Amino acid sequence: MHELSICLALLDQVQVIAREHRATRVERIVLRIGPLSGIESSLLGTAYPLAAAGTIAADAALEIEPAPVRIQCPECGAETETTPNRLACGQCGSIGTKLLSGDELLLAHLELAVADPDDRR
Amino acid sequence: MCDTCGCNVTPGNEHLVRAGGPHEHTEDGRAAVTVLKSLLTENDHQAAHNREHFDEHGVLAINLMSSPGAGKTSLLESTIAAVRHEVRIAVVEGDLETENDAWRIRAQGVEAVQIATGSACHLDAHMVHDALHHLDLSGVDILFIENVGNLVCPAGFDLGQHRNVTLLSVPEGDDKPAKYPVMFRGADLVLLTKTDLLAYLTEFSPARAEHHLRHLANAAPFLTISTRGADGIEPWLDWLRGELQQQRQRVRLGETVRPEIQPDGVRLHAGGQGHTHQHHHHHHAHGHGG
Repeated sequence: MHELSICLALLDQVQVIAREHRATRVERIVLRIGPLSGIESSLLGTAYPLAAAGTIAADAALEIEPAPVRIQCPECGAETETTPNRLACGQCGSIGTKLLSGDELLLAHLELAVADPDDRR
Repeated sequence: MCDTCGCNVTPGNEHLVRAGGPHEHTEDGRAAVTVLKSLLTENDHQAAHNREHFDEHGVLAINLMSSPGAGKTSLLESTIAAVRHEVRIAVVEGDLETENDAWRIRAQGVEAVQIATGSACHLDAHMVHDALHHLDLSGVDILFIENVGNLVCPAGFDLGQHRNVTLLSVPEGDDKPAKYPVMFRGADLVLLTKTDLLAYLTEFSPARAEHHLRHLANAAPFLTISTRGADGIEPWLDWLRGELQQQRQRVRLGETVRPEIQPDGVRLHAGGQGHTHQHHHHHHAHGHGG
């Protein structure tokens, strides 16, 4: 239940990037979140407008791409898409699997409305 | 710098980069910026700083996590009593309210700093950093950070600890690792506590609990202890002594260690600065005006 603090961290990053790009508005924010990050995407979506109110990103569309849980087995080489509590290899049962995807908690992509440098002359 | 070499591009996110690359702009003239940066970058940066601080003082830092009432503070009391003459311990206590746990630790003659988190459900690296200002680490061998009792949120935040220890108490049921995979997947040691209650709660199967843990692809030791019953806490003390020895060796060699499983941000080298923003040319939907 720490989605609000994650939102605040997100907004800090977004505001820094928007400033660097002399953006006038943040139009779209794309996050990529896997279930093994421990963050509930729907709660994040609910918390976002509260956290973003009054910022340059207040009206941004927040899109959250779910990241599937995918594991790779170093023993038999199998690559499996699975669920957060079944991380042993789906083929041979090895517990030495490597997580390829599923624990992401990423700011992936931003779209900004930017001031035209020509207009500033 | 990681953004320069592309090492933060993983199989999970590479399609975001490939789809037009980081220099893209949208049809309606917006600047499109590919960032690929963990949302926890700020926390992870502070955590790295905390870890350096621990290593400079030769301290082994352990993050103790569990649900409320699993026996974290009782375990610390027993541990302090058992190793009083061989190891110097300090404790950071995290709770929503009260200083009760810190007083229990101080009653054992050990320095303890209480962090009252208010409504926050976990400790983060900044809270621990603030607590460190009230703690003299010189001469301390092991710092225990007793996290807020919660099997969800504490798992997501690196505090700068070297090891994660997660407690599972018998009354909670043996399927907790399957229900809270994020927490148990990140444990470097799982302690099954209150095993004196196994005699009464016969539906609890330690083998099943361990089975659920292994299915998180976690090979961490699974030790059974009891601060009151016949099992005692000796297996835990042995693990602790081993870890302390390894930490001392690392400090001598100028090395450090992090918990086996890292939150995503750390895996992506989020400590690296910056994000991709090579250039952001943009079209103009509107006219250029004179």
